[in-house]
Amino acid sequence: MKAVWSITKKELLSYFTSPIAYIVISIFILLSGFFFYSLVWWFNSQAMQMAQNPYYYQQININQMVFAPLFHNLSIILLLMLPLLSMRLFSEEKKMGTEELLFTSPVSVVQIILGKYLASLIVLLIMLLLSAIPTIFTFIYGNPEPLPYLLGYLGLFLLGAAFLGLGIFWSSLTENQIVSAVLTFGTLLLFWVLSWAGYSARGLWQDVLNYLSFFEHFDGMTKGILDTSDLVYYLSFAFFGLFLTHSVIQSRRWR
Amino acid sequence: MIETEHLTKKYGDLVAVKDLNFKVEKGKIWGLLGPNAAGKTTTMRILTGYLPATEGRAVVAGYDVFEQADAVKQSIGYLPETVPVYPEMTVEAYLGFVAEIKKVPGSRKKAAVDRAVEITGLQPVRKRLIKNISRGYKQRVGIAQALIHNPQVIILDEPTIGLDPAQIVEIRQLIKSLKGEHTVMLSTHILAEVTQVCDGVVIINEGKLMASGSLEELTTTYKEKDGVYLRLKKVDNEVLNLFRQLPGIDNAHFEGSEIKLEWDRNKDMREQIIKLCLEKQLGLLEMRSVAMNIEELYLRIVSGGMEQ
Repeated sequence: MKAVWSITKKELLSYFTSPIAYIVISIFILLSGFFFYSLVWWFNSQAMQMAQNPYYYQQININQMVFAPLFHNLSIILLLMLPLLSMRLFSEEKKMGTEELLFTSPVSVVQIILGKYLASLIVLLIMLLLSAIPTIFTFIYGNPEPLPYLLGYLGLFLLGAAFLGLGIFWSSLTENQIVSAVLTFGTLLLFWVLSWAGYSARGLWQDVLNYLSFFEHFDGMTKGILDTSDLVYYLSFAFFGLFLTHSVIQSRRWR
Repeated sequence: MIETEHLTKKYGDLVAVKDLNFKVEKGKIWGLLGPNAAGKTTTMRILTGYLPATEGRAVVAGYDVFEQADAVKQSIGYLPETVPVYPEMTVEAYLGFVAEIKKVPGSRKKAAVDRAVEITGLQPVRKRLIKNISRGYKQRVGIAQALIHNPQVIILDEPTIGLDPAQIVEIRQLIKSLKGEHTVMLSTHILAEVTQVCDGVVIINEGKLMASGSLEELTTTYKEKDGVYLRLKKVDNEVLNLFRQLPGIDNAHFEGSEIKLEWDRNKDMREQIIKLCLEKQLGLLEMRSVAMNIEELYLRIVSGGMEQ
């Protein structure tokens, strides 16, 4: 565990001594703030209109009208931004020749992968925590339900963890960071598109495509429903990414 | 301390290293010589556990490289051809990180970094970012990271490549100072480096072992003729003819103000030469052996296609 933490610290230092983490975090916060502001503004105008009618007034729900769409928007921003965080993880080591140092040290490949992955998860966590700051005001001035809100953020974290798992895999395959980012982005888009294909498919295909889609699993969490199958999906997706990374690194050394 | 038995590495159909057998004694500095693409880096990568061998075995510090990879990695310090540094880290932070992944206990980490900094003369740049230091200092940082956990074996892949002459001298001194406490294996293209720094060499070509042994052993084994340089008070053609007529002398000629005499390496003509000088009162001022230089040795072994 100590070795994993050493790698994590080094990775965090690399993230924060280069502009990449600052840019990704800043743009994410900026966009999330913009979406939050827009949604609250729209919510207010809707609420004022609905207040005229006691029946509609009861239908007003800040979780459904602000947070659910906000989380969906943030999930798309994560899809766009996280490949930029994962692209350097192994590609840079390969390009700089530093992987020879790592792989000739008495740390295992699993520890190296986990150390790097943990660092990217910490940056993701920082992104999400900072983006949550403005939303706290809704709890001061309103009364949203905390559970769907917290589950929404948990969903975003799990979604991001799955994205990063895929990203670290592509990063292990190439020494070019741009190629790594594009491949990650392309694969994530493919999984996004699967949910659209799921709408038009029928029967078993619909079930399969819906199951594979990232966003189908995310939907329930934004509504406050925690299904273990969703948890299993994200965790197994991340695990699969890390497993493939391990296989790629091991097979490359044996070739 | 380092031993290989029938070590072979194939990349698909390409055989990078073929049936390599050699031994490096404890506390010595050995050079790994060979032309480009001879298999030097591959051999070093196998010894450090970075690459697995296709066949054969390698033992480093008493541990099998394949079976006891972790113990081997703990016992070696390795400087790859490309110095493995993170430009965004300071020298001190980088060495601290390497100490951690080399499993130096937390309580000894600072002392280990201090020691490596002192040995490699990195004190002036200790707090600076690696991206801002010179090539020579980067190379020192590379050597410092290889030393950080005080390993028994140090493997250096082209440690003086790309350095200016003054830096080369400094790095060579540094490597020489490691002798005794550490066993060092270094690869190089610079033959002079081998004579200045190494106790012995392993010469490989096209992945095959061409020769291995101490420099003395190899020069004795591979030289065809023995010889001496003579410095005499009286030097003219008459004197030269005297030596040419001496039975057993194959070749006698002037080299500057000296006379060079050569004979078959199985004989020893020195006694007869001295006797002749005294008899003829030639005024012998100096006699020294003709040493085979490393360039000749290397070319004879590599270009001559000799194989051990």
